[in-house]
Amino acid sequence: MTHGTAAVAKVDSPRSPYVRRKTTRGNYELYSWVFMRASGVVLLVLIFGHLFVNLLVGDGVHAIDFGFVAGKWASPLWQVWDLLMLWLAMIHGTNGVRTIINDYATKDATRGILKGLLYLAFAVVVVLGTLVIFTFDPCPPGAPAELLASFCTA
Amino acid sequence: MWSWVAHRVTGVLIFFFLLVHVLDTALVRVSPEAYNAAIGTYQTPIMGLGEAGLVAAIVFHAFNGIRILLVDFWAQGPRYQKVMLWVVVGLFVVTMAGFLPRHLVNVFTGGH
Repeated sequence: MTHGTAAVAKVDSPRSPYVRRKTTRGNYELYSWVFMRASGVVLLVLIFGHLFVNLLVGDGVHAIDFGFVAGKWASPLWQVWDLLMLWLAMIHGTNGVRTIINDYATKDATRGILKGLLYLAFAVVVVLGTLVIFTFDPCPPGAPAELLASFCTA
Repeated sequence: MWSWVAHRVTGVLIFFFLLVHVLDTALVRVSPEAYNAAIGTYQTPIMGLGEAGLVAAIVFHAFNGIRILLVDFWAQGPRYQKVMLWVVVGLFVVTMAGFLPRHLVNVFTGGH
């Protein structure tokens, strides 16, 4: 009686249709990857310009002193240039070192400490550098005139 | 592989210089004398050679970074990655040939 009426076993279909895995981590690493490439191109222009003006024009490194910096930051162009360079270079560099720490520091504690130090250095340098650019006084009172830019005495 | 290693090494080197460089520039907020004293150490021959090394690191990192962009975004990039490394080396040599003589003359003969 049972011959020929083999029970049909219920088996899951071998492959479930493709469903994109929901990630809980967000797209942070994607954005950081894109940022490295976008900021890299801008930094190439900013830093090559910075090196050209500070090291190749005139007497090069020997021309740099307080008056040289005052002369540059008297122009909004160089203020914006240096501010943008500071922020982009610090984020680009911090993100690069973060990647390197993630690659080589295998112990959780080591990785945590190194990244903590990195983010601390980032915060200190970016805040300090930004304050310096915005609060810089090219003609500080009481400073010897021969150390200042010519427009201080004019 | 080696361009990847060199990109990391030059990147870390540039990053640590950047930290120091922002701190020394911040001395303009202390006094003109303090800033001039700090920047004066950058004008010695030994530091001048260091600056040449720093610029070399930056130039390689910059050109190899463009190569990475082309590998990632240009359809033919992966196929030409090796050729592009030699282009990077060539551009590096040309750029340094333009920079080094002028910088070294400034460093060794440009004292006030």
